[in-house]
Amino acid sequence: MGILDMPPGKIPQGEILFRGQDMLKMSNEERRKIRGRKIAMIFQDALSSLNPVLSVGYQLGEMFRVHEGMGRKEAKAKAIELMERVKIPAAKERVNDYPHQFSGGMRQRIMIAMALALEPDLIIADEPTTALDVTVQAQVMDLLAELQREYNMGLILITHDLGVVADVADKIAVMYAGRIVETAPVHELYKRPAHPYTRGLLESIPRLDQKGHELYAIKGLPPNLLKIPSGCAFNPRCPKAQDICRTEVPPLVPVTEQDGAELTGRGSACHFWKETIHG
Amino acid sequence: MGRYVARRLLQMIPVFIGTTLLIFLMVNVLPGDPVRALWGDKPPDPAQVAQIKHDRGLDLPLWEQYLHYMKGLFQGDFGNTIAGNRPILDEITQAFPVSMRLAVMAWTFELVVGITLGVFAGIRRGRIVDNTVTIFTLLVISVPIFVVGLLFQLYMGNEWQWITPTVQDSEDMGQLVVPALVLGMVGLAYVARLTRTSIAENRSSDYIRTAVAKGLPRKRIVTRHLLRNSLIPVVTYLGTDIGTLMGGAVITEGIFNVTGVGNLLFTSLARREGAVIVGIVTVLVLVYLLASLLVDLLYAVLDPRIRYA
Repeated sequence: MGILDMPPGKIPQGEILFRGQDMLKMSNEERRKIRGRKIAMIFQDALSSLNPVLSVGYQLGEMFRVHEGMGRKEAKAKAIELMERVKIPAAKERVNDYPHQFSGGMRQRIMIAMALALEPDLIIADEPTTALDVTVQAQVMDLLAELQREYNMGLILITHDLGVVADVADKIAVMYAGRIVETAPVHELYKRPAHPYTRGLLESIPRLDQKGHELYAIKGLPPNLLKIPSGCAFNPRCPKAQDICRTEVPPLVPVTEQDGAELTGRGSACHFWKETIHG
Repeated sequence: MGRYVARRLLQMIPVFIGTTLLIFLMVNVLPGDPVRALWGDKPPDPAQVAQIKHDRGLDLPLWEQYLHYMKGLFQGDFGNTIAGNRPILDEITQAFPVSMRLAVMAWTFELVVGITLGVFAGIRRGRIVDNTVTIFTLLVISVPIFVVGLLFQLYMGNEWQWITPTVQDSEDMGQLVVPALVLGMVGLAYVARLTRTSIAENRSSDYIRTAVAKGLPRKRIVTRHLLRNSLIPVVTYLGTDIGTLMGGAVITEGIFNVTGVGNLLFTSLARREGAVIVGIVTVLVLVYLLASLLVDLLYAVLDPRIRYA
């Protein structure tokens, strides 16, 4: 989206396609017009992500004022409407309040409202519920899923909580050390993981039927991203690691049934995906 | 809010009494006698000295002199000068508007130029603009103000003759421009540095990232989102600096011969005119206190998280 400072950030290669257009080839101004209007983003910590000195109504209304050229009054009415859409009680009275006067869940709702404002084609939600407690997490996720269906927009949900994903997502891409290690439709992934890291993740989820057992954890620590291990980045922590894993980076290859039948949407970046999924 | 302001205004009373007392005592322990000074180098006549001292109440015990002075002060009477026996209030009301004009101009320089430089340096940290501003401000802060003042006077006044070397008429705003620039130079450098640091810090904050993600134009991000959050430390400095500029213009006013408070303060000190010094300092303290109250109230305007009950 072009929201990182470059330098120090850089994109050495590749392309970012949005509706068939490469965003990397666009001018800054073209990209700016896409941000907020076509692609919106929800950040994880709503308290620090909202401007502390501007009222929420102002920050919501700003979307309409900048992208649609609306006047102050009109934008405010739209802001109230949005706050009602994300189920903030007494929206009319609260529109002039500041972010610190809202609770965590309400603040995240405002972030969501801001992303929804112009009914974008795509919303990127970066761990939208990490800063919230569990009950509020569920409410916010439900709201997000409901709005996504209603507005029929794409949602990229970035999270480390596989439980959250199960209800919301259609497709999952599991990432490790900056690379996609497995892709699959949501239920396939839970049923038959094709990468040892995914398997490890699934086994680390607490389960009600395994009371009394110690919770499984993937051994070792996540890698230092400045010193990613050679070969497959997961190899030092992988129970199945062989010599080849330490030397060769496994490419993301299509995953098939044992008889060679294609599995749509499935892929794995493991040298031993066959053993992992079928073994 | 109203209660808060009232409390702050009431707090001024003890500060007011304390400062006047302190200055009054300090002026009295200064070596030298203002009455004897009237004779210059000639030997004074003891009888006349005693007579003048008696007339002016200077032979009374110190505490009585202080009470006497304070009594007059509350009636709006600042007393009379020893040399010339003119009302001190007249001297002060003559000098104050001049200093006020000088200070307001210097302050405007600080505000406008300082913040502008700081913003550009802050959003382009590490680039040429930033380095230029940083080096320039460091230079200004390091060089004493009288050097800058004398250099300006020498080149602009004598060599190039853009201005008259000294101010001929302190009522003329045009003639005060260069002295104001000199006076505001150091403050300008501090404002630029404070703004730069604050902007650079806030620039990488989460809410700026949000503003970028919203697709706002760069200018709007800087003026609406970044600047307001970054100005709080700058406002503190600018607020207290108003007082400093009013009273601290002794050197600048001296160089350019501006007949303001600084000049009056200097000549009064030289003549040991205690009552004038106390009068000036009293007014300056009040200006200072009001400015800092204003700053505290401005905080609440800039940052809604601050509320005074």
